[in-house]
Amino acid sequence: MGQIPTEHGLILAGLLFILGLVGLLVRRNVIFMLLAVEIMLNAAGLAFVAAGARWNQPDGQVMFIFVLTMAAAEVSVGLALVLLLYQEFKTLDADAASRLRD
Amino acid sequence: MTTVFYIAAAVALVSTFLVVTRLNAVHALLYLIVSLLSVALIFFLLGAHFAAAFEVIVYAGAIMVLFVFVIMMLNLGPLAVGQERQWVRPHTWIGPSILVCILGAELVWVLSRGGSKAAAVAEVTPKEVGIALFGPYLMGVEMASMLLLAGLVGAYHLGRRTSSGAAVNRRRGND
Repeated sequence: MGQIPTEHGLILAGLLFILGLVGLLVRRNVIFMLLAVEIMLNAAGLAFVAAGARWNQPDGQVMFIFVLTMAAAEVSVGLALVLLLYQEFKTLDADAASRLRD
Repeated sequence: MTTVFYIAAAVALVSTFLVVTRLNAVHALLYLIVSLLSVALIFFLLGAHFAAAFEVIVYAGAIMVLFVFVIMMLNLGPLAVGQERQWVRPHTWIGPSILVCILGAELVWVLSRGGSKAAAVAEVTPKEVGIALFGPYLMGVEMASMLLLAGLVGAYHLGRRTSSGAAVNRRRGND
C-alpha cells in the first residue's frame, strides 16, 4: 500500500509514447496515424501528471490541460484534412498525398 | 494500491498495442477508449482527480466522438449498413469488454477502500489547479484560447473548401 513510484509512471509514459511512435511510423492509414499521435500526446500528459504528483504541485495537471487543448485543436484540423484527403484521392493512404503539387 | 497501478498500466499497454495493430478503425477506437480510461484510472491513483475527470470527458468523450463521426462520414453509401453490422458483431466487443471489466473492478475496489485517501496519496485538488491555471499560467490560458480559435477557424475553412472544391470538380466534369 505504498506510494506509486514516479519512475514507474514515467516508464509507462515512455512505453506508451514508443507504442504511439511505432504506430505512427508503421501505419499508412491517416486515421491510424492520427490515433497514434493521440496516444503520444496522451503519454506526454501522463508524464506531466506523474511528475506533478511527485512534487505534489498543480503544475503537472495545468500542463496536462494545455496538452489536452492542443490535442483537441490538432485533431479537429487533422480530421478536416482527412476528409479533404478522402474527397480528393478516394483513399486514406498517406502515401497517396506524398506529392505536394501534381 | 501499487498493484492496482500495475494492473491498470498493463491494461493500458495491452490496449494501446492492440490499437496500433488493429486493421479496422472502429476496433482500434474501442481499444483506444479502453487505453484512455486506464490512463484516467492511473491519474486517479496518482492523486490527480481533476486530470482523471478531464481525461474521461474530453479525451474518451469528445475527441473519440470526433473520430467516430469522421469514420462514419467516410463510409457513406450502400455498403455502410453491412459494414456497420459487421463492426458491431458481438465478438468484437469481447476484448474491450474484458479490459474495461478489469478497470471497473479496480475502480470499485479502490473506491471501496476509501478512494485515494486510503493510499495516503497527496491529492492535488482542482482548487489548486484552478488557482495555478488563472494565476501564474494566465498567459498560457490565453494562448490556449487563441490556439482553439485557430483550430476552429482552420477546421471551418477546410470544411468550407471541401464544398466549393466539390463544386469545382463538378463543373470540371460538366465541361
